[in-house]
Amino acid sequence: MSELLDLNLVEASEALKNKKISSLELTKAYLKSISDTSSLGAYLEIVEDKAISMAKESDKKLIDGTARPLEGIPIGIKDMFCTKDIKTTASSKILENFVPTYESTVTQNLWNDGAVILGKLSCDEFAMGSSNETAAKGYVINPWLKNKKMSPGGSSGGSAAAVAARSALAATGTDTGGSIRQPAAFCGITGLKPTYGRCSRWGIVAFSSSLDQAGPLTRTVSDAALMLNSMAGYDQKDSTSANLKMPDLMDYLEKGINGKKIGIPKEYTQDGISEDIVKFYEKSIDLLKDEGAEIIPVSLPHTKYALPAYYIIAPAEASSNLARYDGVRYGARQEASSLDEMYELTRGNGFGDEVKRRIMIGTYVLSSGYYDAYYLKAQKVRRLIKEDFENVYKQVDYILTPSTPTTSFELGKKQDPLTMYLNDIFTVPASLAGLPGISLPVGLDNSGLPIGIQLIANSFDEPGLINIARVLEKSAGFNFLADGAAK
Amino acid sequence: MPNKDTIVDVPTVNKIARLCRLDIPEVNKKSLTNDLNNILGFVAQLDEVDTSNVEPLASVTGHKLPLRSDDVNDGNIEDLVLKNAPESSSGFFVVPKVIE
Repeated sequence: MSELLDLNLVEASEALKNKKISSLELTKAYLKSISDTSSLGAYLEIVEDKAISMAKESDKKLIDGTARPLEGIPIGIKDMFCTKDIKTTASSKILENFVPTYESTVTQNLWNDGAVILGKLSCDEFAMGSSNETAAKGYVINPWLKNKKMSPGGSSGGSAAAVAARSALAATGTDTGGSIRQPAAFCGITGLKPTYGRCSRWGIVAFSSSLDQAGPLTRTVSDAALMLNSMAGYDQKDSTSANLKMPDLMDYLEKGINGKKIGIPKEYTQDGISEDIVKFYEKSIDLLKDEGAEIIPVSLPHTKYALPAYYIIAPAEASSNLARYDGVRYGARQEASSLDEMYELTRGNGFGDEVKRRIMIGTYVLSSGYYDAYYLKAQKVRRLIKEDFENVYKQVDYILTPSTPTTSFELGKKQDPLTMYLNDIFTVPASLAGLPGISLPVGLDNSGLPIGIQLIANSFDEPGLINIARVLEKSAGFNFLADGAAK
Repeated sequence: MPNKDTIVDVPTVNKIARLCRLDIPEVNKKSLTNDLNNILGFVAQLDEVDTSNVEPLASVTGHKLPLRSDDVNDGNIEDLVLKNAPESSSGFFVVPKVIE
């Protein structure tokens, strides 16, 4: 069993294609992992029968030589992706019984390429949160220092925990302000948020439409490349989908970075960042220098304003997107005598506290008399943040930053909303600018928790991002396994 | 943006809750008002930024919204559309009575 779990996605794919293993035995090993690690709470729904039947189908294709790129690979899906005939709740009580009658484009792309679904993964409610604590069914436990009950991060906390615990070979996530990169950093795995427009948003439960982007959470950079190859692609059903072909990312794994210019923004080493993270950040800079990169100090002067702008724009869009949960067409309904009362009780009962706060903030900043002062102002600041990046990319190829200001924290310690928001301070700027970013693990802090480093590339330069991330991954040589991982 | 400790008070919270059709239990109103003031106070730092000659940015795609012809490309899926409705009847969504 353990040997099967030891294989990363690329290795498992090779072993499947060389018929050293079958998808059925691999999938069964992962189903056993799911049950062995169930105390983490990463999965909301396990679809064992479907997994077995998809694995058998894949084995046929592997034998008859018609295997597709992800043939027979068992993966987990964040519960923000609509999956046909499989419950999709967005970790919300208001969708607790919602069974989509259609499949999201991204997951359909994965099935078309042969991937096998294991189940649906927990996340913060409607992807709003940075600790997985806002999930209606309760938090997910980080497999690192498992007994201490640390947060896996969020919102893709279930996805990150499952990959780190080896109860999924890879997982999908969505990232609005850091929801792939921050949990990946907390769980010692790789998380990639592509350029806005790379992956179709069709069939993904909408949170903040100008920011939401799907991406993979994986064990390695190569695994991320293989997953994104399948997830990305133009989709007519999403008007913001980019009609640009992405090159095969697997061709960009061993190119080297000699002469590449890497920007180190001075605004990302602020007070409050943990010493261990600073240490590994500086080490990562040295490692890239040793690989032939030129290190260039840069400035992104509006960085400080990214988080405040985000906390106007994202709630504004969320308040509008979540207006659809009205107890009429789908989702839970609270019975009442009048229509208005039915709306109010349905929404008051169905949404958790964080979601309510964001709907309230969003409604306020869009309301008459406040729109210009808040929403329009935030959109103007967003342009300045994007221009900061555009200016810096005239001088450098990539930007290197820490992924998070701290490593994981204990679950259940009541934090005020603002403190929680600060988790995303290093990931939000790239989200506002629509840029691709990746977090990868480079070391452990003094308590044994993983540290993530973020690389940000220019728009649609996923090939370059994969290339440099692979270089840093090799030099950093992070090869630790979480104590709570399936063995 | 108003730069005070109390940007919103309970009556304002009631008004916003009404606008977004959210039932907020009386006991939660004070703490929610507090949270909202903290968040609005935090985002008020945008006031420091000079945006006098800056155009708002709503989309980062860099492409124009594509148009398509207005064709029906599915249809006859009434049962699927109604499948998740809390209440439906004869092909309609059912809601509490609106007109007396």
